[in-house]
Amino acid sequence: MSTPVVHVTNEAFSLSASQRGLIRWNLYIGFIVFAVAVINGLGQALQYADINILQYFPGMDTYYQGLTVHGVFNAIVLTFAFANGFVALATARALNRPLHHGLLHSAFWVLLVGTILAASAMFSGEASVLYTFYPPLQAHWAYYLGLALLVVSTWLTSINLFVTLRDWKREHPGRRIPLLAHISVCTYVMWDIASLGIAIEVVGLLLPWSLGLFKNIDPLLSRTLFWFTGHPIVYFWLLPAYVSWYCMVPKQAEGKLYSDSITRVVFLMFIVLSIPVGFHHQFSDPGVGSKMKAVHAVLTFGVFFPSLVTAFSIMAALELGGRRRGGKGLISWFFKLPWGNPALAAQLQAMLVFLLGGITGLINASYNLNQMVHNTTFVPGHFHMTVGTAVALSIIGISYWAIPWLKGRMLWGRKLALFQGWAYFIGVLIFARGMISGGLEGMPRRTAIMQAPYDKPTWDLAGILIAVGGVLMFISAICFLIVIVGTIFAGKRDQNPEFPYTETIQAPSETGWDRHLDKFWHWVVFTIILILIAYGPFFLQYLPARFLSPGYEIF
Amino acid sequence: MDAEKFEKVFLTLSGIMLAIFLVALGYAAIGFGIGLPSRSGELDPSKVDSTSPFDDPGVHQVGPNHYEAVLIGQTWSFLPPRLEVPAGAKITFKATSRDVIHGLHIEGTRVNLMLIPGQVSKITYRFPEPGEHLYICHEYCGQGHHAMFGKVIVTEGKKG
Repeated sequence: MSTPVVHVTNEAFSLSASQRGLIRWNLYIGFIVFAVAVINGLGQALQYADINILQYFPGMDTYYQGLTVHGVFNAIVLTFAFANGFVALATARALNRPLHHGLLHSAFWVLLVGTILAASAMFSGEASVLYTFYPPLQAHWAYYLGLALLVVSTWLTSINLFVTLRDWKREHPGRRIPLLAHISVCTYVMWDIASLGIAIEVVGLLLPWSLGLFKNIDPLLSRTLFWFTGHPIVYFWLLPAYVSWYCMVPKQAEGKLYSDSITRVVFLMFIVLSIPVGFHHQFSDPGVGSKMKAVHAVLTFGVFFPSLVTAFSIMAALELGGRRRGGKGLISWFFKLPWGNPALAAQLQAMLVFLLGGITGLINASYNLNQMVHNTTFVPGHFHMTVGTAVALSIIGISYWAIPWLKGRMLWGRKLALFQGWAYFIGVLIFARGMISGGLEGMPRRTAIMQAPYDKPTWDLAGILIAVGGVLMFISAICFLIVIVGTIFAGKRDQNPEFPYTETIQAPSETGWDRHLDKFWHWVVFTIILILIAYGPFFLQYLPARFLSPGYEIF
Repeated sequence: MDAEKFEKVFLTLSGIMLAIFLVALGYAAIGFGIGLPSRSGELDPSKVDSTSPFDDPGVHQVGPNHYEAVLIGQTWSFLPPRLEVPAGAKITFKATSRDVIHGLHIEGTRVNLMLIPGQVSKITYRFPEPGEHLYICHEYCGQGHHAMFGKVIVTEGKKG
């Protein structure tokens, strides 16, 4: 016996053409900004090897302007646009019903306007403050407003998920929420709470400050609010990929997910533990007590736990698939997986790289060990394997089936898509090897190292590896875009495209304690208590704010 | 496949592994005294030059084999751009920023601080060997960020 992770009815699942179109256009916005971001990324990677192509980029006056575009477009616009489209689609599929049309529309337009506002500020050179925008560096107000709207679009999407779930529940009273819908909603519940920090920072402080309503700002307070959101945002990037890894990849690998309840617990743990860990990004900060930093360090190790569970659960699901396909032995089943399916291959590569991303993340989180690597290139080395691969390459893999499904066409250029995944996989490993070794030798991150008057001989090899890996990643990204454009315009018509979803071997229990797993509110209350414990002492000690720093536009 | 049993073993081992890491970190923090920057005082960033100790940046001896190194980060240089300290001596670094957020990393060491306007960053370190280290601003601070660095010269310290 197995249980599908979606609500199955006699009618096949379908979405109206206009809803499919809106979801598709969310993804397209992501792909367009991704294209701009990776062109900048290529220039940045090459400058580590003393090759300057950035001078030929029109309208890009400084390295940091391009770096701002690279970060905002990849890490904020692409990820938000993809999550808004894909997680909404997953929820609709899981509940076998359409989404709320007005909310789907408004989330899309708000995202688009936010992107255009932020982009216009960045391209005019008035927002070269990077995607962390630490004040007292002061960007144009359009930048802050654009970012705020991007967050609003995610809130509108979460309301859409809640409304769709409420409607389903009304029609199916007493039923367990289908697993795919549960974890999709969990992703946005986590983010709704997590995004409050950045919302207060941007709307309450930075936006009025940039409009000249008040003159001075508190850098430490703003920074702390930023990191309240800045760590859980990585789970908002990652959890849509996890949604696919848990509920879709096992199907594509011809396996099954083992446990229903463990999967729900993992996502609930992310709601509870993602947020009270932000100080591990501020280990080197003055003004934050080292005891509170230690509390956040311990909790950070706690939030590593659900990812370890994930490693086990996904591996077990894949092993079922590999063995069913005739795989034997301790390891060799892994090579029997359907590697010829680009949608699966890209996500398997994403997972392999994520193992290294997780390990390096644990090093960053390690309290005093962090002092050796903080703000060196070790950090971007780490996160290009997490958000830059685990997430980005999963987005790519998911797009290889989702765009065909949404468009009613078959994937175009399957071999190119397969090449693309491997090129990215090898490229990012070379790239990250360079970044990590350079970082251990003290090479600073977010620095135009080619123009720096200082240098260390040990950085040379690191720089070359970064450039070589970066070129491969760039080629791979271009191949991806070619495959997508080819699919949209030249893919063969497909009347019955497949929407992959798995089954769980262990069914969700209809009785007992398990039912609490579906009551999100219980876990939200627990989350709020933990946040008060983790952040309360700092704010009680620190407030009122020190509005002492005027804005600087020195970029 | 007996997934339930394997799962329990895997999760238990995961938990034990994380616990061992935490114990190691705690031991390094308490046993070796490798702490993190903490709350170390505040000042008005517009009055850096008239606030002690930043009215006199540089290295000062404050006790037997104990020195204080006072640094100001500003766009786009460190004040002073060069420090000379003896190996083996206890060095207390005190630093702040005059304008925007800067970073201060003495490469090859664990001296790694954020300099935030209005806050005093403090950390203590002993250089084990004579030699030279760059100190680098590692937080983006505007278009001249990459030009912001300095050099520590670690001289032969007193024996014993």
